[in-house]
Amino acid sequence: MPEEHRFHLAIGSRFENIELVQVVLKDCLQREGMNKDALDWVDLAVREALANAIKHGNEQNPAKQVHVDLRVDAGELVIRIEDEGVGFDPSQLGDPLAPENLLRPNGRGIFYMKSFMDQIEYGAGPGGGTMVTLRKRIAGPQSEAEAPRTESSQD
Amino acid sequence: MDVSKRQVGDVTILDLKGKITIGTGDVQLRNAVQEVMNSGANKVLINMGGVSTIDSSGIGELVSAYTTATNRGAKLKLYGLPDKVSDILTITQLITVFDVYDNEGDAVRSFA
Repeated sequence: MPEEHRFHLAIGSRFENIELVQVVLKDCLQREGMNKDALDWVDLAVREALANAIKHGNEQNPAKQVHVDLRVDAGELVIRIEDEGVGFDPSQLGDPLAPENLLRPNGRGIFYMKSFMDQIEYGAGPGGGTMVTLRKRIAGPQSEAEAPRTESSQD
Repeated sequence: MDVSKRQVGDVTILDLKGKITIGTGDVQLRNAVQEVMNSGANKVLINMGGVSTIDSSGIGELVSAYTTATNRGAKLKLYGLPDKVSDILTITQLITVFDVYDNEGDAVRSFA
């Protein structure tokens, strides 16, 4: 992959900084040839990951940073987003499709990320915060106007 | 995001335009719905046609608006959903919760 299509950003924990990442992300993915539909879904997944890192990971402390690393490897987009919080266990989240959760105002972000991307993984970052890795193929038939996947549960 | 309010008969319509995302549009939507609820409106229609992006926080505000209206005995409905907003509501099965209409005329008449 061309070196210019790999980047690392560090942003302060303010919601408005999500827009800064989106500008860079969009430019990069357009140059990689990703179609608009697929790009919109990746945009939303990254928004959710950044919002979680800012709100839950760094608790909106602007002195704490969110690190974003993007690369494309053999046609696969890989985005890592790491916060400086105390860590997070996604297995504790409820299923947003369960009848008792359907009208809850929150708890859908990770579900959307799973729906919009091919794969997401949660783990601990080198600094002890939460690191989420988002993967999406951008070459080949899977990139063609792909609609989000529907899942019957969050697991 | 821009929110403007207008009245068609006894139906209060909120026209949304732009992004309903965390930290900006979600708060504006919450405040706008709260304002019309506090004014006593009981037939509220949200025009989603101008929404360019919505995230889970924006979806959460729509859900809160719906439950707030329902708990007060009011009705809150949506119309003009862009395809992507419709997809986002569909994958979390919320499309079955909201009353959704294609156009304003049908939506306004549904309150009769």
